[in-house]
Amino acid sequence: MDIKLREVEYRYAAGTPFERLAITEVSFDIPSGGYTAIIGHTGSGKSTVLQHLNVLLKPLKGEIQIGSRTIAAGRKEKNLKEIRRRVGIVFQFPEHQLFEETVEKDICFGPVNFGVSEGEAKERAREALALVGLPEHVLERSPFDLSGGQMRRVAVAGVLAMQPEVLVLDEPTAGLDPRGRHDMMEMFASLQKEKGMTCVLVTHSMEDAARYADRIVMMHKGRVYKTGTPCEIFSDGPDLTAIGLDVPETVRFQRLFEEKLGRPLGHLCLTPEELAREISRLRGES
Amino acid sequence: METVIAIEKVSFQYPNQTSFALQNISLHVEKGEWLAIVGHNGSGKSTLAKMLNGLHYPQTGNVTIGGLILSEENVWLIREKLGMVFQNPDNQFVGTTVQDDVAFGLENAGVEQAEMKERVLSALEKVGMAAFLNQEPHHLSGGQKQRVAIASVIALRPDIILLDEATSMLDPSGREEVMETIRELKEKEGLTVISITHDLEEAAKADRVIVLNEGNLYTEGTPREIFQMDKDLLKLGLGVPFSVQLSQLLADEGLLLTQRHFNEEELVREIWTLNFAK
Repeated sequence: MDIKLREVEYRYAAGTPFERLAITEVSFDIPSGGYTAIIGHTGSGKSTVLQHLNVLLKPLKGEIQIGSRTIAAGRKEKNLKEIRRRVGIVFQFPEHQLFEETVEKDICFGPVNFGVSEGEAKERAREALALVGLPEHVLERSPFDLSGGQMRRVAVAGVLAMQPEVLVLDEPTAGLDPRGRHDMMEMFASLQKEKGMTCVLVTHSMEDAARYADRIVMMHKGRVYKTGTPCEIFSDGPDLTAIGLDVPETVRFQRLFEEKLGRPLGHLCLTPEELAREISRLRGES
Repeated sequence: METVIAIEKVSFQYPNQTSFALQNISLHVEKGEWLAIVGHNGSGKSTLAKMLNGLHYPQTGNVTIGGLILSEENVWLIREKLGMVFQNPDNQFVGTTVQDDVAFGLENAGVEQAEMKERVLSALEKVGMAAFLNQEPHHLSGGQKQRVAIASVIALRPDIILLDEATSMLDPSGREEVMETIRELKEKEGLTVISITHDLEEAAKADRVIVLNEGNLYTEGTPREIFQMDKDLLKLGLGVPFSVQLSQLLADEGLLLTQRHFNEEELVREIWTLNFAK
């Protein structure tokens, strides 16, 4: 299911003295089955865009196509339930939204709400828990007895149990330790690659955007500043710094090395593994 | 060197848990040093932080802070010596303006009005937030909020400041802001800093690093020493700084390197001199 934003504008507290323009003239596509990263400084409008992707916010101008539905400004929209089932959002610190007595009940809450039978919901809870890498016996425990990283996984399982086609992730690894961060990012990547899920990642981590995304949308002051492949986006360091972002560590190191070498490497390396291989290949040649 | 914190053979177990959150931990913190405590989620870092501020008491062993043994009688005196900054910038505001917020702790401590004003201003100046006196805290960025939280702590003039994952919810520029503020305070005010973190770039700035694993003190050393044990750190669920990680990957590819480099310029130089310059 493709999502297309066309000239979308949104203002908070519209029509009041506190009105504030959050995003304007935002147009970009999220292709089905792809991995799109949205990057930008704090306050650039990333989170506002994200809330449009399943119509938690409705555009005040422009329109959004979500699969075959079009959500246009100024129209009353009914029956958004289907969109919200198909586009699952994992908010920042999703573990703050856990509330049930047991992990199983918490994961089942979403599917049951969308009309899935209890038996089927429990079946999905089991599957979702396996996907996030937690053992089945956790189902009977209170979510509040789990560690922070485990709670985060349960919250993600609750979204996965709705079997969304598009998974929208808002800083999903903030506050996790490095291994937890790595495992969770790998899990999303495999959902995208193996289950064909569409991933949208909102992140401050240029390293994650470089490693996982196939398309990047750069936001700045409520507008789309630039879109492109990670290679296109990260080859222009000065442009990123101009809007308060930075190149990934790997790219920074590649630039340092190129300076020493006196010439550029053949291509931009997006992960440390790739850069190590490239440097080793060069040594073989020299 | 003067020891400001002495932890001697401390163990602690939460109710209804079979394993120890802290097991036979001993460590000393010297005056004016910056100590980073790292460990994976659940390694005992936060339990130790809570113990240093008297939110938990050791079940066996002793904690001495500024010459006082941690006990229910001494806890209020100890909290004057050690101030804490927590993870979530939104959970530690009580005032409606930045200056009210910094004043709150001073009011509780019974500081005179005139002195209070002076201390609030000077604390906010030290963290670079004096221009925000009458702003509402919730309009600030994450990094600014944490700097105000730091000002609230230093206004009370503690000897030690403890950062409990204080940068983990911030974006990279906010993180940088807060670390720079701490570094200045340490240098200019001689503050002792303990930062509990899993951000390795943050740990790399410390004078000394302690690694906790499953409630035990796994190892300690300078950041440079600690990051030489890269594969061990990965096993413990910790990451390593970028240049250390890249050193490892390059060594795996068969490049010649004398050590796991800590600093990018150093690594570039060594890749060059040992592998390319002929």
